Amino acid sequence: MTDTNPVISCKNVWKLFGPKPETYLDTARSRSFEEIRQDGYIAAVRDVSIEVGRGEMLVIMGLSGSGKSTLVRCMSRLIDITGGEVIVDGQDVMSLNEKELIELRRRKMGMVFQSFGLLPHRTVLENVAFPLEMRGQDRHDRRERALEVIKLVGLEGREEYFPRELSGGQQQRVGIARSLAIEPDIWFLDEPFSALDPLIRREMQDEFLRLRGMLGKTIVFITHDFDEALRLADRIAIMKDGAVEQCDTPDKIVLTPATEYVAKFTEDVEKSRVVHARGLTRPLNGHAVEGPSIPADATVLQLARQLVNESRDDLPVADKAGKIIGSMRRQDALDILLGSE
Amino acid sequence: MAVADIPALPVRQALDRPKVATILFAVAILLAVVKPLLPGFLIRVPDAAVLPYQDWLQWFFDFVKDDLGLIHVTRGISAGLEWLLDITANLLYGKHRWPYIGPIPWTAIAAVAAVIGYGLSGWRMAALAGGAFVWVALIGQWELTMETMSVITVAAPVAVLLGLVLGILAWKFARFEAVLKPILAIFQTLPFFTYLLPAVIFFKVGPTAGCVATIVYAIPPMVLMTSLGLKKVSNEVVEAGHMSGSTRWQMLRHVYVPAARTEILVGVNQVIMLSLAMVVLTAFIGMPGLGAKLLSLMNSLKLGRSFEIGVTIVLIAVTLDRCSKAWVVKQPEHFERGTPWWQRNKLLLIGIAAFVGCIILAQFVQVADHIKRNQDLSMGGEIDDVIRAILANDAINAVTGWLRWFLITWVLIPFRNAILWLPSATVILAVAAAGWYVGGRRSALLAGSFFAVIALTGWWDRSMITVYAVISAVILATMIGLPLGILAARRKKWSEPILLVCDTAQTFPSFIYLIPAIMLFGVNDVAVIFAIFIFATVPLMRYTIEGIRAVPEELIEAADMSGATRSQKLWKVQIPLALPTMAVGFNQAIMFAFFMVIIAAFIGTQDLGQELQKTLAGNELGKNFVLGMCVALMALAFDHIIMRWSAARRKALGVG
Repeated sequence: MTDTNPVISCKNVWKLFGPKPETYLDTARSRSFEEIRQDGYIAAVRDVSIEVGRGEMLVIMGLSGSGKSTLVRCMSRLIDITGGEVIVDGQDVMSLNEKELIELRRRKMGMVFQSFGLLPHRTVLENVAFPLEMRGQDRHDRRERALEVIKLVGLEGREEYFPRELSGGQQQRVGIARSLAIEPDIWFLDEPFSALDPLIRREMQDEFLRLRGMLGKTIVFITHDFDEALRLADRIAIMKDGAVEQCDTPDKIVLTPATEYVAKFTEDVEKSRVVHARGLTRPLNGHAVEGPSIPADATVLQLARQLVNESRDDLPVADKAGKIIGSMRRQDALDILLGSE
Repeated sequence: MAVADIPALPVRQALDRPKVATILFAVAILLAVVKPLLPGFLIRVPDAAVLPYQDWLQWFFDFVKDDLGLIHVTRGISAGLEWLLDITANLLYGKHRWPYIGPIPWTAIAAVAAVIGYGLSGWRMAALAGGAFVWVALIGQWELTMETMSVITVAAPVAVLLGLVLGILAWKFARFEAVLKPILAIFQTLPFFTYLLPAVIFFKVGPTAGCVATIVYAIPPMVLMTSLGLKKVSNEVVEAGHMSGSTRWQMLRHVYVPAARTEILVGVNQVIMLSLAMVVLTAFIGMPGLGAKLLSLMNSLKLGRSFEIGVTIVLIAVTLDRCSKAWVVKQPEHFERGTPWWQRNKLLLIGIAAFVGCIILAQFVQVADHIKRNQDLSMGGEIDDVIRAILANDAINAVTGWLRWFLITWVLIPFRNAILWLPSATVILAVAAAGWYVGGRRSALLAGSFFAVIALTGWWDRSMITVYAVISAVILATMIGLPLGILAARRKKWSEPILLVCDTAQTFPSFIYLIPAIMLFGVNDVAVIFAIFIFATVPLMRYTIEGIRAVPEELIEAADMSGATRSQKLWKVQIPLALPTMAVGFNQAIMFAFFMVIIAAFIGTQDLGQELQKTLAGNELGKNFVLGMCVALMALAFDHIIMRWSAARRKALGVG
């Protein structure tokens, strides 16, 4: 799934807000978030290094004010960074001039916003076709493509509606359709479901997973909802005060939280729903395991019945192709299921 | 509410400020008390110290006009404007100019107005818009009205365009905005005479000058609303535009301007209304049309005909206002897919059909083309008789006579003499004290120096007469408008119709208010005060009602649950929370009053307005400008103090 060259790579990215951020940056490096604030600056992004591989979905999780939205805007250069480097698809985004940046956004990026960011004076069709119109595609083409994506997000028959005539969930479908219209390689979603009711949110998450499976894009998804992060992510980056506390797979975050802050989030999580067999797999190191294997992508909860009935101590784990990738100790899985003594 | 979060520092300042203000005020009073002992220069600025500002300015204007050749530029512009004005004049009332196809039959215009009204907000608007034009035609004022409309149809779009461009520039370049803002503030308080004279000097007499004055007068709100609207565009919409790969121009054209539609259209509404108000006033520089007719009728006390013209102007005003407001709130409606084009553009087609149909009809039926003098339904003479009969009624005469006598001898003259008696230093200090109370040293310096400048120009006495008229009328308006507003705010049933009346009354061009004043009181100070009084009561009532009604339901419920009586609720909850809004209304009342007092010049006041009106006859631009600045400075001082207080209060209450 992940290829060796990351699509997005952030190296020591800083974003400071305040009177003279560039000159203050050197001082800021040695200070804490609080100290920086006392100096009259806000460190929205603090020394973040993060990579997103091709086809991977990275979820950035943090509470409000943790800098997650700023970080994603640094990646798309909606905001200019103060220090460090952001490389997107091999290009240093800070070195792009206005024309190149516009070109990059017209060809490769799509973004979905928390409050949808729809243009109120345009119909659904015109909103979805907007990025195509901006890059000068002709009328007929863009109409065809827009209808295609509208169908994809399930809004057929609503093409001529105006945003205010739609429900929140429908409006966000328009936002999603618009962001997909140009067939971007990179897809940014900034808390796309936070403004929706819980039931609709759940429905939209399922919808999102369906689209994601179909499209296979590189995705950066922002949320303040830890459960949402666990549900959707390949990897999760947890942010606090502008810095990344931990960036890892959901399994690892739940099993071995790096800091107390992360641990607080994981405390109440039903671990057996999150941890997959893959997360507990150890390498075989030569010794053989016997019997039928279990799928690596199954959660511990899904395996619960089998674990209880099983007599073997070590269970072989196989990936999608059926290849044995290692073994899982039954006791480890049971500990997660029942809580360790 | 964030009252508890206010840091310690401002609280300390707030404690200090009243103290300083009290001291300043005490000194001011002391100066008045010991007036006989004061050195002369504290009572009035001696003549020797009054510098010849008007001559300097005159020299400066002449220099810019002739030596720098601005006159050629402006004459060029006026040639362009004249061309546009000739077109509209030909189309609307058949002035003999290119394209020589007018006049358009009145039925065609009324029909199109009705279709536009229908398109904007349904049958009632159609009846209003169509009806207004039918009235105008039937009453025999078609040509006058079209003379006025021909200027508005040029001035309003030009003002909208210029305002839009300036607004966009102000939004884009903070520095430009910093320069523009104070200029606009002065423009909004300058008396209209100060617009008229330069217009006449730089742009030929007649419709062109009227058009220029109207454009300049109408631009400020458009600029402000445009930049406000652009600033308010939601961040996510902007980011969505960027992420869609929009260039700067695409951002402006497809994202910012359409997203700021509401504010921009509110600006358009204000431009239209100000244009109408100003066009009527351009009568003072000899612009023909409704205003000129009204002015001459009022001068000759033909009240019946004035009344009819008044109704016409009001109808036009209400129509323009309602239609443009309906445009603000009109949201696009979607058509189902596959709707044929003629159905999508149904209204456009009907409009064209009605227009063409009426033109064809007019070829055969003379009445549908134009209404001849002997065909109109004007009842001017009859109304005149009725009004005279009513006014001759002893009871009414006794009441107005007594009121006039009482106000003049016991209120107005003593008050006026008192203000004139006060030493300049006292007034300046008192204003500074008020400034200090609301905004500390900076506000005190600002407000005080505004009045000091007036003293230095040598127009102090005239200015004080202006202030006297303004203050007495606004006090009267407060005494009557506030209780009425508070009473009306009690019930939705009362407040809604009253708000509607206030809204409508606010759209009337100010000139209209003089008609009832002259009818009732004749030509004297009381009529002036009365006209200002009605004009100023409207915003006072409106903001009082709105302020009280905007108090959150929750707070009222909390007061109810605390067992508050009705009057406790009013005094302890509603009024304190509504005060900042009421202050805005009070401020607007004062601004309106300053505007009105100048217009009243033509019925023979003795204030700055009178002097201003005199300058119109000549070409004393310097004097005109100095006088205009005196009015503007006084208005700005009041504006600063009241708005500052209102803002501070709002902040302290944690609302807005």
